[in-house]
Amino acid sequence: MPDTVIKVENLGKRYIIGHQGKGGYRTFREQVMQGVRSVFSKTSQMISGQQVVEGDEVEEFWALKDLNFEVGQGERIGIIGRNGAGKSTLLKVLSRITEPTTGRIAIRGRVASLLEVGTGFHPELTGRENIFLNGAIMGMGRAEIKRKFDEIVDFSGVEKFLDTPVKRYSSGMYVRLAFSVAAHLEPEILVVDEVLAVGDAEFQKKCLGKMKDVSSNEGRTVLFVSHNLMALSSLCSKGIYLKNGQLRKQGMIEDVLSAYSKEGMESHLSQWQGLAGDEHIQVTAAKIYSPADPTGFFTHQDIVLEIEGELLQPVYGMIMGFTLWSQYDYQLAYSLFDDTDPSTEIVTQVPGRFKKSFRIPANTLASGSYRIQLDVGIHNQKRIINNECDLEFTVENIAGIGRKYLTDAKGFRSLFRPGWSSEKF
Amino acid sequence: MSFEVIIESGRSEKNYWKDLWRYRELFYILSWRDLKVRYKQTAIGVIWSVLRPLLTMMIFTFVFGKVAGLKAPAGIPYSILVFAGLLPWQFFANGLTEASNSLVGNERLISKVYFPRMIIPAASVITSLVDLLITFGIMAVLMAIYGVIPSWNILLLPVFILLAFAASFGAGLWLTALNVKYRDFKYVVPVMIQLGFYLSPVGYLSSKAAELLPEKIRFLFYLNPMAGIIDGFRWCIFGGTLPPDWNGVLISLAVIIFLVFMGIRTFRRMEKSFADII
Repeated sequence: MPDTVIKVENLGKRYIIGHQGKGGYRTFREQVMQGVRSVFSKTSQMISGQQVVEGDEVEEFWALKDLNFEVGQGERIGIIGRNGAGKSTLLKVLSRITEPTTGRIAIRGRVASLLEVGTGFHPELTGRENIFLNGAIMGMGRAEIKRKFDEIVDFSGVEKFLDTPVKRYSSGMYVRLAFSVAAHLEPEILVVDEVLAVGDAEFQKKCLGKMKDVSSNEGRTVLFVSHNLMALSSLCSKGIYLKNGQLRKQGMIEDVLSAYSKEGMESHLSQWQGLAGDEHIQVTAAKIYSPADPTGFFTHQDIVLEIEGELLQPVYGMIMGFTLWSQYDYQLAYSLFDDTDPSTEIVTQVPGRFKKSFRIPANTLASGSYRIQLDVGIHNQKRIINNECDLEFTVENIAGIGRKYLTDAKGFRSLFRPGWSSEKF
Repeated sequence: MSFEVIIESGRSEKNYWKDLWRYRELFYILSWRDLKVRYKQTAIGVIWSVLRPLLTMMIFTFVFGKVAGLKAPAGIPYSILVFAGLLPWQFFANGLTEASNSLVGNERLISKVYFPRMIIPAASVITSLVDLLITFGIMAVLMAIYGVIPSWNILLLPVFILLAFAASFGAGLWLTALNVKYRDFKYVVPVMIQLGFYLSPVGYLSSKAAELLPEKIRFLFYLNPMAGIIDGFRWCIFGGTLPPDWNGVLISLAVIIFLVFMGIRTFRRMEKSFADII
């Protein structure tokens, strides 16, 4: 166990929220009178700097509650959780932007927090001036910035526009410049919020790489919040999963990520049950599952679709298959049962209950969301089921292709695996 | 490892002043930013710092000296008298305006980075100090033109500049902290400054105003901290011809001390919640 650099004990952060009470119907006179009364009381509260609560009902809200964890030196911790789980609040408390309500944090070393790209960038100032400004805001000394100036400019690739006010920059240039300053921070502890969501994929990769280098070569500690599971699994060694302000799971990053995606899956509609069809055929259930790990879908594991139903009468040319759609509604694949038989002869199917399944092999789909649309019909006659029982599922990449060299953002959907060979000369 | 930080509710009290020192570079750079940005995309830039007080001086000389027919003591041109009052007043008014809007104007910084928040209003008051230096240059030129020779008292001027700084910083801290929570103060400050302009002896002499008040409530005039400071400024520049009412100056001084104390207290108390409510 490396030296502990961050120790969090019983951490809690409470916010007070006011609600507008429903109240009943009120006359204008009552409204005015109450308005006058509240002006007086509010003014006196205001001058003395006390809390004026808007609305009639006050509610406590714990954004963080009873958090306990430790971070060792040089560790890269991924923090994950759904929106509102308290990730950003945790980072804000850690970087001293806001005070905790309860508990205690001991931090050894200089903390730099990157909660936003280009904090403090002033649109009227030039790129050069903003490097100094932003650097100082992030905690770099003037001498330090001077020393790294060329490196920062190189990294950003905007040297041509250094003396242009940044308000004239394209958004891409702006982000690059901002990132470059951030990438050259050298604190003992780096706290990074979801800032990598902006910027082009290549530059993101460059930044992740830089962060990783800094951490592994120089023993710096990184706390990293992201929704991008792939970025998390490639950068971080350990993880913390927050849910409703509380610690849900912590440990090795793979375990934490799979715990997270497991709980995420529950909400996805990957099962269908009901009755669809006509006098020829009826489908009663359909589901998608992953045989190796029934709790989620992962790029490196098989994914299986299973359809159950009954054929009610003999049908000549019964067709059953599916269309696979990507999340942006591209048709990725179309496949029919027995379509790949060598014989092209169409046969008559015998009635009875059936269960058909097909398998999407591991390393076929890249991470992302997909939709499977069942397609049932009679060849050249009619379509029986088309969109009555669609299934959706999301594939996560926690151990597959594109994890080592981040490629997720490039937008491809298939993990076609050509057989690489190499020779030594 | 260089140092250890403990974060706890109410803990920030202990290392606050030390932190303020540690973040001094940020203070320099924020002051530099405010200065730099000030006249960006204006055609004549810094000339505005010269034009504004000159134009105000001309209007005041006309209104008070010609229309109202107020007389300056012998040997002092009315316009120089006005200008000597305008110097500290504008410094105070600009500093206060900038400082009271400073936190809200730097909302992004406050919600994304830690640093002792006091740096922000302090940096914005410093910006108006630069304007004061420029107006001093104009003052020197005007005095040369009119052949007015400053008295030796001028060596004490820095004391009054410091007082003006303290007044504007103290009130600024108070207002900017309240402004974070209640944007009402955005509307209060301009009104205060406009009233203060006429309540302060900028266009006239405080002895004239004091004469109008009965002896017993004459001190009320000096509850305005700028009354004492402007008197002090004139005394430094013109010497014995314009002796200030020292009791009045003391009252102003007490008000300034109160402002600084209350400003720091309110600011410190509210500071912890800035990031949550801004």
